[in-house]
This record gives sequence, C-alpha cells and structure tokens, in this order.
Amino acid sequence: MNMLSLRNIGIGLGLLFLATLPLWMQHPYYINTSSQILYWAIIALGLNVLVGYAGLTSLGHAGLFAITGYTVALLVDAGFGHLTAAIAAIALTLAATAVFAVLALRATGIGFLMITLALGQIVWGIAYRWVDLTNGDNGVNLKVRPMPFGIDLSSPSAFYWATFIAFVVALVAMQLFVRSPFGATVRGTRDQPRRMNALGFNVWLIQFLAFLFSGFWCAIGGLLYIYYNQFVAPPVAGLQSSAEVLLMVISGGTGTLLGPIAGAAIVIIIKNVVSAWIERWNLVLGLIFVIIISFMPDGLVPGIRRLWRTMRGTDAAEAAAARASAKLASGQTDAKEKGGVQ
Amino acid sequence: MSSLHLTLAVNSVAMGGLLFLLSSGFSLIFGLMRIPNLMHGSFFMLGAYIGFSMIGKGMWFWAAAIGGGIAMALLGGLIERLLLRRLAGQTLPQVLLTLGFSFMIADICLMIWTGDPFQPPTPAHLRGAWIVGDMVFPIYRLVMVLVAVVIAALLWLLVDKTRIGAMIRAGVDDPEIARAVGIKVSQLFTLIFCLGAGLAGFAGVIGAPFLSIYPGLDAEMLPLALIIVILGGSGSLLGAFVGSFIIGFLFNFGQAMFPNLAYVILFLPMVLILVLRPQGLFGKLGS
Repeated sequence: MNMLSLRNIGIGLGLLFLATLPLWMQHPYYINTSSQILYWAIIALGLNVLVGYAGLTSLGHAGLFAITGYTVALLVDAGFGHLTAAIAAIALTLAATAVFAVLALRATGIGFLMITLALGQIVWGIAYRWVDLTNGDNGVNLKVRPMPFGIDLSSPSAFYWATFIAFVVALVAMQLFVRSPFGATVRGTRDQPRRMNALGFNVWLIQFLAFLFSGFWCAIGGLLYIYYNQFVAPPVAGLQSSAEVLLMVISGGTGTLLGPIAGAAIVIIIKNVVSAWIERWNLVLGLIFVIIISFMPDGLVPGIRRLWRTMRGTDAAEAAAARASAKLASGQTDAKEKGGVQ
Repeated sequence: MSSLHLTLAVNSVAMGGLLFLLSSGFSLIFGLMRIPNLMHGSFFMLGAYIGFSMIGKGMWFWAAAIGGGIAMALLGGLIERLLLRRLAGQTLPQVLLTLGFSFMIADICLMIWTGDPFQPPTPAHLRGAWIVGDMVFPIYRLVMVLVAVVIAALLWLLVDKTRIGAMIRAGVDDPEIARAVGIKVSQLFTLIFCLGAGLAGFAGVIGAPFLSIYPGLDAEMLPLALIIVILGGSGSLLGAFVGSFIIGFLFNFGQAMFPNLAYVILFLPMVLILVLRPQGLFGKLGS
C-alpha cells in the first residue's frame, strides 16, 4: 500500500514537473524537445497496448501515424478546415488500423510481426512512389498549425501545453484501460489464449479491439506530429520509424504504464544529442537495440523497480517469495502446455 | 508479344531468379530457427558493396561474387554464434537483435561507401545479347536465371537427398524430437544461418549490375523476402521458388504499368494468401 501511494506521489510530482516545464525551462530548444517526447510518448503508449498488454509485437505502426499525418497535410493543403482534416485523419487511420488488424491477426507471434512489417512498408511505398498523391520524396508541408478555440499554438510553450493536455488524457485513458475488465481480458488473451477461448471470450475480437485502441492513440500522436513538424515525408512511415517507437516501448519496459514514457524520453533525448554531435544516429539506434535486448531484456522501468525493491531492503524475503510463486506459476504453465499438446 | 512485354518478361524472370537466391536462405532460416532474419536485406546490400570493392581491386567477377557470399556467411555465423545463440528460445528478442544489426550495417555501409548510388558495369564477358529472330535476350539476364536454377537444384539436392538435408527437414518439422534422436540442431542452426547469409551476399553481387547499389537497397529487398516467404510458406524451397517468380513478374510489370501503385500491387498476393491460405502456398498446416 505504501509502495502504491509512493508511486502516486511520484506520478503527481512528475506531472507537476511537466505542467510547469515551460515556465522555468526558458530555452525554446528544450521546450520543443519536451513536446517531441510527449507526442512520441502518446504513440509509444498506443503501441504498448499491443506489445505489452496484448503480447502482439507490431513493426508497422509508423504506417498508421504516417497516414494521419499525410491525411491532415493533404486535406489542409486542398483547402479543408483543420477540424475536418483532423476528424477525417483519425477516421482514415482507424480504418487502416482495422485493415492491418484483420490481416495481421491471421497470425500470432512472429507471423504477426512479419505481416505488420509488410503492411507498414506498403504505406511507405505509397508515400514514396505515389508521387501524384503524396508528392513522393519531397513530402507535404502543413502551412499553419490549427487554432483550437482560438488559441494560437505557434509558440513553443503554447504548443507544449496543448501536447501536455493530450498526453495527460492519453495517460488517464491508459490507466482506465489497464484497470478495466477489457484490459484484463486483453492481458488474458496474451497469457492464456486457449483458456480465454474456453471461457467463452472471443479472443480474435478482443485482440482486434485492442489493435483499434492502439491505432487510435497512434492517430492522436500522429496529429501532434504533423502539427509540430508541419511537414511529413516517406521516412516517417518506414521500418526505421516503427522500430524507433518499438525501441521506446521495449527500452522503457513493455506492459507498464510508465515504461513507454521513459522510453520515449530516452530515445528522443539520445537521438537529439547524438544528431547534434555526429551523423551516425542509425548506428547508435542499432547499438542501443542490441545492448538493451542482450543485457536488459525486460526494459528500464521494471529494472529500476527491481533495484528500488532491493535498495529498500524490506523484501529480500518478499522477493524470494515472488520468485517462488513465479516459478510455481511457470511450472503450472508448463504443465498446462503439455496437457494442451496431448 | 511486343518487345516491351518481352523485355519486361525477361527482366521478371531474371528478377525472380535473384529473389530466389535471396529468399531461399530467408525461408530456410525462418523454417528451421523460427526467426525472420531482418538482417537479410542488409546481407544482400553489404555483400554487393564488398563484392564490388573486390572487383574494383581487379578481382574476377565470379570470384568477387563468391567472396561477397563468403564474407556474409562469416558475418552471419559470427552473429549467430555470439549473440543469437545466447537468446535461444526467445524468438522476439532474437528478431529485434537482427533488426538492430540491420540498422548498424546500413549506417556502416553509408559511412564506408557514401550515399551515392552506383551501378557496377556488367562483367565484360557477359555483355551483349542473344538474338533469336527479332527477339533480344540480354546475356547477363539469362546468366542470372541460370545461376539461380543451378543453385535451386543444388539446394534441392542438399535438402532432399543428403543426410544433412534429412536432419534439416527433421529440425524444421519437430526440433525437439530431432534433438531427442541425437541430431545436433544447434549446429544445424549455424550451418543454415551461414548458408542463408552467404546466399544473400552472393545474390547482392550478382544482382548489382541489374539493380545497382544504393543506401536503402536493404530495406527494399527485405520486404520482398518477407512477402515471398509468406506467399510460398515458411521453410519450403519450392514455395520460395514459385513465390520469387510471382513477385519478380509483379515487380517489373507493376512498375511499368502502374508506377504509382507498384508497391501496393506487390503486396496484393500476400494479402490474398493471408485471407485464403494463411500457411502459404506450399506451407504445412499448423506451422
């Protein structure tokens, strides 16, 4: 219980820190970097619904938020209002998500990953090759940011606060999702799909809905992406872009609420710092991937939580108990798997 | 048949042969190890670069092609032995590890060979065309197909007629039982990984005069290998063979007829297969 309230105080302080950030962090560069971290965090939270809670690793999510970005930029360019463009972009992204989901859910595990990768590459291919529609390699500009309720978002701090509000909404939605019966069924399909099926749950439908939920937050993140950058080009939709978001989720810790946010901060900060000094961001990205996967496979947030527990020292015993029960649980799983095979 | 269509058809068959060299290794690795090796496009590109650096130093074309293949086989073997092996049984981390390496290889290529695309010349003894009536067949395209067919035959002999092939098939069908009867499945992993990586590197050199070499070639070839394996069924050489030629034709005809949507057309058969026959044309049920 103590642990829980400590966590809540920590989250409260963190949000207070983020809410007041432009007031004491004057330099626009830092405020803009913080905006980037927050909208990437929204996308990473969306992907985490699939990777962390549903156990389905997607490498095609960049295709989804790129669709949002392109739709907004192209519709505004064609003379539509910002509100229409945003609604159409979200609707189109959700439709694309549904198509992705129907195809990718034909498989699980590695097959799922391969299909999402291929689908993401289709979106990239359209962005790159369908020059008449997407302007190809030159990308599409968005001339002005929207002015919701007449508020001008052109200054870094105004945009930061708008992003922050969207971020808080996303965070609350994730918390509600994790706590909800729906969240529990999603985790259920991840851990025990056969049992869930036997209990009368429609595993396919649950995974499909989780995919849509994930796609929705990608769309929201994609809106902020296009408003922030005011430019979208084919690399946004590519495999590397998907891999960066996946790295955010994995480095922070999959299936945790705060992991993707920490991961987004780490990846964006390293990317900005590295890009300022050398051109070799890809090399660094690849190295981080290899190092994290080889040495810290469960990500930073679970790692730090473990460290925290050990440092508080209360629970050498508790940890041992947890290990024992984990072992017992995995033993049961083994027994069940064997039972399933026979 | 008009001459445009003939040219497209010849190019399609040549491309299909090249894609078979690329995707057969991918399919074997995926079938045996259950890893979609996301470095496969990188092996293709790095092999091409290395091969053409060798030719630049005056080496004979075919020696350079084999050299590029051997270099990639060694690199693949090292990564498999030193890193993938440590993650045995954890498929997802293995895949992501290969993804991390693909980024590093892409960036290292950019560093060494710069961002300029370059088109290596067709080797001198393979230039020119073979003319039958009023039909023209460029010799190099025919040679590419011939090489692919020879390698397909050798692979088929290896997998279907040799003792090692029997072990590989046993490992694909049921790794646990294969281990239980004394087959060293983990050594097979290394062998297959080296073979697949080597074939991809070899294909890179052979394909370079046809496709040219440029940054991003890896990311273009990898999805092709993916869709071919989804089409043909994982671990099936026949599937990789048929899938390669389907994609070879769609690639060339699609680009000539619907340049805007060429990429989408490429993926349509994959979508159809997923809906109608998710295990692939020649895949086994339940795998």
